[in-house]
Amino acid sequence: MPIHRNAGADTLALHAGQTPDPVHRSRATPIHFTTSYVFEDSEQAAALFNQERAGHVYSRISNPTNAVLEERIAALDGGVGAIACASGQAALMLAITTLMGTGGHIVASRSLYGGSHNLLGYTLPRFGIHTTFVPAGDHQAWRDAIRPETRLLFGESIGNPGLEVLDIPAISTIAHDARVPLLVDATLVTPALQCPIDLGADLVMHSATKYLGGHGVAIGGLLVDGGSFDWEGSGGNFPTLTEPYDGFHGMDFTEESSIAAFLLRARREGLRDFGACLSPMNAFQILQGMETLGLRMERHVANARQLVAHLVKHPLVESVSWPELDSHPDHALAARLLPKGCGGVFSFSLKGGRKGGTAFIEGLRLFSHLANVGDAKSLAIHPASTTHFRMSPEALLAAGITEGTIRLSTGLETATDLIEDLDRGLYAAQKATA
Amino acid sequence: MKHSLPPYHYTGGRKIEAGRPTILFIHGAGHDHSVWTLQSRHFASHGWNVIAPDLPGHGRSAGPQLGSIEALADWVVDFASGLGLGRVALAGHSMGSLIALEAAARAPERVSHLMLIGSVAPMPVAAPLLDATLSNRDKAHAMINQWSYAPRAQLGASSIPGMNLTALNERLMQRQAAGVLHRDMAACNAYTGGFDAAARVICPSLLLSAALDRMTPPKASAPLAAAFPDTTRLHKVVIPGAGHAMMSEAPGAVLDALWNFVSAFPSSAQEQR
Repeated sequence: MPIHRNAGADTLALHAGQTPDPVHRSRATPIHFTTSYVFEDSEQAAALFNQERAGHVYSRISNPTNAVLEERIAALDGGVGAIACASGQAALMLAITTLMGTGGHIVASRSLYGGSHNLLGYTLPRFGIHTTFVPAGDHQAWRDAIRPETRLLFGESIGNPGLEVLDIPAISTIAHDARVPLLVDATLVTPALQCPIDLGADLVMHSATKYLGGHGVAIGGLLVDGGSFDWEGSGGNFPTLTEPYDGFHGMDFTEESSIAAFLLRARREGLRDFGACLSPMNAFQILQGMETLGLRMERHVANARQLVAHLVKHPLVESVSWPELDSHPDHALAARLLPKGCGGVFSFSLKGGRKGGTAFIEGLRLFSHLANVGDAKSLAIHPASTTHFRMSPEALLAAGITEGTIRLSTGLETATDLIEDLDRGLYAAQKATA
Repeated sequence: MKHSLPPYHYTGGRKIEAGRPTILFIHGAGHDHSVWTLQSRHFASHGWNVIAPDLPGHGRSAGPQLGSIEALADWVVDFASGLGLGRVALAGHSMGSLIALEAAARAPERVSHLMLIGSVAPMPVAAPLLDATLSNRDKAHAMINQWSYAPRAQLGASSIPGMNLTALNERLMQRQAAGVLHRDMAACNAYTGGFDAAARVICPSLLLSAALDRMTPPKASAPLAAAFPDTTRLHKVVIPGAGHAMMSEAPGAVLDALWNFVSAFPSSAQEQR
């Protein structure tokens, strides 16, 4: 059951989590650039440490600027709370380590951001946490991959690199049948386009570096708890949440908070011990971006639609992959789960192969050639010559990429200027491969 | 949801010890013990036994749910007596305040302090809300949140870093079994014994209100305050800036009010320490 929002999304994006500070009456969210907070007296200090009183102690654990950001994303996503992290990767790691230790198992979509795939496929096995990757759209594969030690299902709202749309209602049902939570990476959609918790997800993570911040200036991550998962009712599978924790006064987190046990443990252990906290400066910059999230996402989507419409009919373009297109396998799913649009990231394949791709990139003037998405400025990358340059044509195909694949992150520029720039790149590709 | 028999009770993270004063926190409609976490932990780490039960049929406690304030008060008296810890201080929020009031009247010799938080008597429940608790829980939860939180809390600025308080409350109400909220609300609506009960209270009492409470506004508590006998030491405190959900909106102010009150009227168990 989705949580009611106390205001519209654009209002929440501007106001949630913040009221003007009572001392200076600052309208903007102040940047609390401080490591620590002066105790009123010894009694209050002890009360803060024992969680008898709410408040801030040390900025690795919590910070007033970060708290505004946390509340804001929770309000937008329909969560009971959130934790700001140093990056999206830190948010993912925090979610996993809060739920499981050695012996834990994850079932994840095969269509993941490369960084997440590295963490799950290569790094976490060193710590005894293993992942089975399944095709995002193969529901039976998700079911079949679940083992007794599975503690998490994980996928992206829109996957990488094929922009596969995750059927969140269906996968969450599979997860809940197995008494396991579903974590969704909603980086490419943001709450402006989709709120996974409303669709059945239990946890949501964002690389706030991308659309939430929106201006390519700050790295950050956010982990949101929907508060709907019954940890206590999961047959003892989550002892980190349901058993006393010697590391924090013997606290049993589900006893302490019937609803927000996950966040309590994540903050009291994960932020405290692993320390991947967000700088309050970054939190401020991400908050500034979020104030215009709704407006920006509308423009990202509108611009992407114009670019896609131009590319699909261009003679040098072999194919365009975007879930809004009829040709995309998840078109119907996207229409159902992403009615406001599929964001601004899409890919297309040039007929000129690797050489054409390189020439295209070098022919661009407005698009920036770099490895990021979700910036206000338009971005482009040619995976075969950059992120995937060591891979053979066969290996590229297995990863859903051709030698001529270009990934674009559509920015907020005037669409006709972007189209002109694409034509410039396409002309360069044509010349190079003629 | 795990159920336990005898009824589940939270102890503020500390073990119960004989010889300590005891405070029993009673939650409101559609809630469980977790609404008292911060205040509970403070009392427990400052020399008190804390008992914060999930009322029958709520949270981790098995049913059957009890359908009247009087029955719940009898249950509290029996439950407190069964603890074998002597007199107890009773603190109740909203519906819990009516239970505490009625229990203090029914067993005055067993109650050392009475703390009524967000309380009025009678406590009529608006017909649209009562209907919604039966026909459309989701709508009822939205109405409760709208009336329970001050405007500031509606948009966040939570007292608890990173938490979305209204969402937390909504999930807590969703977590209760179907019908629980309706039976609680109906029990509040039907309770008419508040003035008679107040007249029989003999222990020091606190009426703790929140200035922006739209469910039980401070002004509306005046008739209840007037019903206490002149001999009862009745303290009235109004917390500024908070609404009906004051334990989460202003947890420190609620704690201070409770702690100052019990400190001003030490019971024999407190004095022994």
